[in-house]
Amino acid sequence: MTIPDDLKYTKDHEWARQKGSKVVVGITDFAQDQLGDVVFVELPAVGDEVKRGESFGVVESTKAVSELFAPVSGKVVEVNSPLADAPESINEDPYEEGWMIAIEPSNPKELTELLDAKAYKAHVDEQG
Amino acid sequence: MALRTPLYATHLRHAARMVEFAGWDMPVQYAGLIEEHEAVRSAVGLFDVSHMGEVVFRGPKALAALQAVFTNDLSKVADGQAQYGCLCRDDGGIVDDVVIYRRTAEDLLVCVNAANRQKDFDWLKAHAGGADVRNESDDWGQVALQGPKAVQVLRRLTSTNLDAIGTYRHAPGTVAGVPCLVARTGYTGEDGFELFCPAAQSEPLWNALMEAGRPEGIQPAGLGCRDTLRLEMAYRLYGSDMDDQTSPLEAGLAWVVKLDKGEFVGRAALLKQKEQGLSRKLVGFQLTEPGIARHGHPVVRDGRTVGVVTSGTRSPSLKTSIGLAYVPPALAAEGSALGVEIRGKPVAATVVKTPFLSRKGH
Repeated sequence: MTIPDDLKYTKDHEWARQKGSKVVVGITDFAQDQLGDVVFVELPAVGDEVKRGESFGVVESTKAVSELFAPVSGKVVEVNSPLADAPESINEDPYEEGWMIAIEPSNPKELTELLDAKAYKAHVDEQG
Repeated sequence: MALRTPLYATHLRHAARMVEFAGWDMPVQYAGLIEEHEAVRSAVGLFDVSHMGEVVFRGPKALAALQAVFTNDLSKVADGQAQYGCLCRDDGGIVDDVVIYRRTAEDLLVCVNAANRQKDFDWLKAHAGGADVRNESDDWGQVALQGPKAVQVLRRLTSTNLDAIGTYRHAPGTVAGVPCLVARTGYTGEDGFELFCPAAQSEPLWNALMEAGRPEGIQPAGLGCRDTLRLEMAYRLYGSDMDDQTSPLEAGLAWVVKLDKGEFVGRAALLKQKEQGLSRKLVGFQLTEPGIARHGHPVVRDGRTVGVVTSGTRSPSLKTSIGLAYVPPALAAEGSALGVEIRGKPVAATVVKTPFLSRKGH
């Protein structure tokens, strides 16, 4: 299971990557493995507002539904629309091809409050 | 703690992800649901189905006793044949759906759903009519070898003439040295076999099948793909698509209800229901907008809830969202437009004919 050092994480297994003024968001390798084959993803539209800790979409495997929680608040400025037709990218490449949305954060400080790789790894280990 | 089949350690060795199902600790997937699904559709997969129960009727009264609690007509079944049908309550509600394997008129094995082992045994015992009824569920292991290449894999391990065992037929045989009831039955829509063996010999049987199937790319297959495979065929799942509050007529199982065969438990209620007409029917549907329907989602039409989804998934073979739902008969015709309410939003669906997936040569 990979947990890149340069990303920030939520306890709900989303990752967040600072990219210029934007924060790119997806789910972690651990999350995609727990879900199994992802077959459907429902994401917000560009322009929608998301709030930290609140649901911004869902990801479904053949067996399970899982909500996606925003790591930071702000406006959705990009959506990875190819995921609609190729949700398996989330399994195959959760940190790159499988990115979900990019947020223009309303409070950039929120990003620093997320878990770092080490703290996230400890959180995952706790979950067994 | 959940119950374990004789193959529990084997599943852990295959790095299965285990989940609790019907009180059993079962493998939901090994390599991945879709990969396993595709292996079964195109080649061969091996399932542990030891959680299923086996109740055996013996003696001169065995056949008559079963005929009196079974909706299908066992008089049409010869030695070495099997038949699918329901056990019903007096009010027509389904106690379980089962497959009955007739070895002889005085020796019939009833294969029951895992969650219903005790309930079915109690029910059957109470309706034994003097037959000798035994719950042999713990004595039997059961594996299902399923897929178009199942027969060529099994052939390597047995001298039993498999060509003589047609669909829904069975014979005693020895597979890799293990005495088995070799049945050409299954729950996937593919050709294949269910092998009933002594519980203690499940592991050597499993290992021999995995080894023999290596050239065909055999995969251990979990409950996850068992569900997607059965749903593509619109095979009903007890506890999801039907229960003791639904009748086989409502569940679309009229083809296994033989009202003219003579008296059986539930017959009067089912006859009355047939004459008066049904208030709901189980239908297959396909979503025509993005989404996945799940058990319990409301079915809506013109802003009103008119039914409920009982099973739903993304079909790995068809790449569409499919499901089963109870709807009023007026909305049950093929092509009928419905909505499925998913997370509060109606998603468009159309009633389609089942099975969703047609299999050549089946």
